Amino acid sequence: MIARTVLTLAVLTLQEALRRRVLRSLVVMTAVLLSLSAWGFYRLDSEFGTLTTGEARIAASTVLNLVMFGLSLIAALGTAFLAGPTLAGEIESGIALAVMTRPVRRSAVLLGKWLGLVAFGSGFVVVAGLGQLLIVRITVGYWPPQPATGLALLAAQTTVLLTLGLLLSTVISPMASGIVAVGLFGATWIAGVVGMVGEAFGNEGMAGVGTVSRMLLPTDGLWRGAMHAFQHPALSQFPAFEDSPFLSVAPLTATYLAWAALWVAVVLGLAALAFQRRDL
Amino acid sequence: MTIDPVVTAERKLADLPPTPAVWCSGLRKRYRKQTAVDDVSFTVGRGEVLGLLGPNGAGKTSVIKILLGLVRPDAGEVLLLGRPGTDPQARTRVGYLPELFRYQPWLSAAEVLALHVRLAGAAVPAREQRESLALVGLADRAGDRVGGFSKGMQQRLGLAVALVARPELVLLDEPTSALDPIGRADVRDLLLSLKERRVAVLLNSHLIGEVERVCDRVVILDKGRVAASGTLAELLGQRELRLRLDEVSPPAEARLAAAGHLTRSGDSYTVTLPADQSATMVPDLVAELVHLGVRVHAVEPARISLEERLLDILRAGTGGDHR
Repeated sequence: MIARTVLTLAVLTLQEALRRRVLRSLVVMTAVLLSLSAWGFYRLDSEFGTLTTGEARIAASTVLNLVMFGLSLIAALGTAFLAGPTLAGEIESGIALAVMTRPVRRSAVLLGKWLGLVAFGSGFVVVAGLGQLLIVRITVGYWPPQPATGLALLAAQTTVLLTLGLLLSTVISPMASGIVAVGLFGATWIAGVVGMVGEAFGNEGMAGVGTVSRMLLPTDGLWRGAMHAFQHPALSQFPAFEDSPFLSVAPLTATYLAWAALWVAVVLGLAALAFQRRDL
Repeated sequence: MTIDPVVTAERKLADLPPTPAVWCSGLRKRYRKQTAVDDVSFTVGRGEVLGLLGPNGAGKTSVIKILLGLVRPDAGEVLLLGRPGTDPQARTRVGYLPELFRYQPWLSAAEVLALHVRLAGAAVPAREQRESLALVGLADRAGDRVGGFSKGMQQRLGLAVALVARPELVLLDEPTSALDPIGRADVRDLLLSLKERRVAVLLNSHLIGEVERVCDRVVILDKGRVAASGTLAELLGQRELRLRLDEVSPPAEARLAAAGHLTRSGDSYTVTLPADQSATMVPDLVAELVHLGVRVHAVEPARISLEERLLDILRAGTGGDHR
């Protein structure tokens, strides 16, 4: 019974994502980013013909991370603005009334919506990310060391953000929840950069900012893990690159991944609790 | 010979009258300082059509939402078709048309119905789902996206959604608010056909004529409380007798007052008669008045409409006493 509700709502949410304008704008934004990057990588290869193969790979790997960041930003924006309206918007418009009076548990409805959003966000990240990796391979001949892990971590980052968006949308208005989620996402990324600079200069206070923000909202930590999977292994040997926001020195630990999973479970649980108590 | 206790218990259970479609007791809900629902209790029997009446803000929609588990009451209990309202399974055979009706604009009408059938866990074949759409006049729009529907069409779709999963109880909150006169007549026919099929209906409507024509019983809410309730016969059974009289002596006035509640303005007298009056009561009264020397100019029996009765009850309510 509960499984059927979850599945029905997941399919419905996917259907919504595919039929609404969100998808079209996502496709346009992604196409623009991918074609720009294709052109950029093509120029990189022809302009810097004097670089050694190793240098060219390192340059390509750095730019790849930069483009991937753009891609993760699009995924974040897309899913956050999809997660908000799907719950808060439906409560506001009255669509939720007819659905919630069926013999369904609210937590099952929420879980179904979450699952649909995760499938959509992950699907987008994998398709667009894979497209980007292929572009880099064709233009400059670089293939990242762990493409699957990197894409999985990007999908995980999207999942973290949309879970937050879902929690916010149970308590505040649809648009506000999207804006707050994206704002927090940006803030953690900046806090992460601050943390890196702190580490580079040996300033413990600044380094702490990055660590704490990575615990509070695991998007930035997962993003760094993804970068590490995409970048050329030789890069971490250059101390000069250590404080670049588009390079990551170390891979993610299992503990951090477990924390991210726990974080998602807790936030989803809170969202279910808030939704359960809400008068519709 | 031994008697199996389980079998006797089952037989006893089967002999019991079926649980009511709706049973609620002591419902209360406050929104901040505003009391929306205050100690509301009533039942809707199986196959019964109950009208919920009252002015704006009387708490009708809040009561319906509490019954359906959309709003958590501060106090009180709900049973739907014999199951506690807190159990989602209680709503398996319940249909609902909200006052604020909106359906997924990116789905087609047929897809909305299919979604609700799946969520209800009912096995309703596609043909029957199409029939539900045809019932509300949307047969030729089944494949169109709901986003392009007018308000009236969305309300018709809402009715189909409420009826598609073979409900035993239907809650309709202002089901004709967006409909044209033909649509309203359609809804009335629909309600009568539900009544024939012994589907219980809780109807919240401003259109008193609608309620008067289809409802078996009425609950009147005012300021969140039950101001009056009863069958239409109980509420409307009273008749009035309007008389225009001359030369009314005190004994004649006493005779009038003995017949029923008496009001007077100038030479017109109005007597509210009890529901169980005998057929000869009016001619007897007139004969006695004539005998007492009263000159009778006009005698006009009248029936109290639900509208007048409702206004009476609500006006009496503003005076302080609710019942």
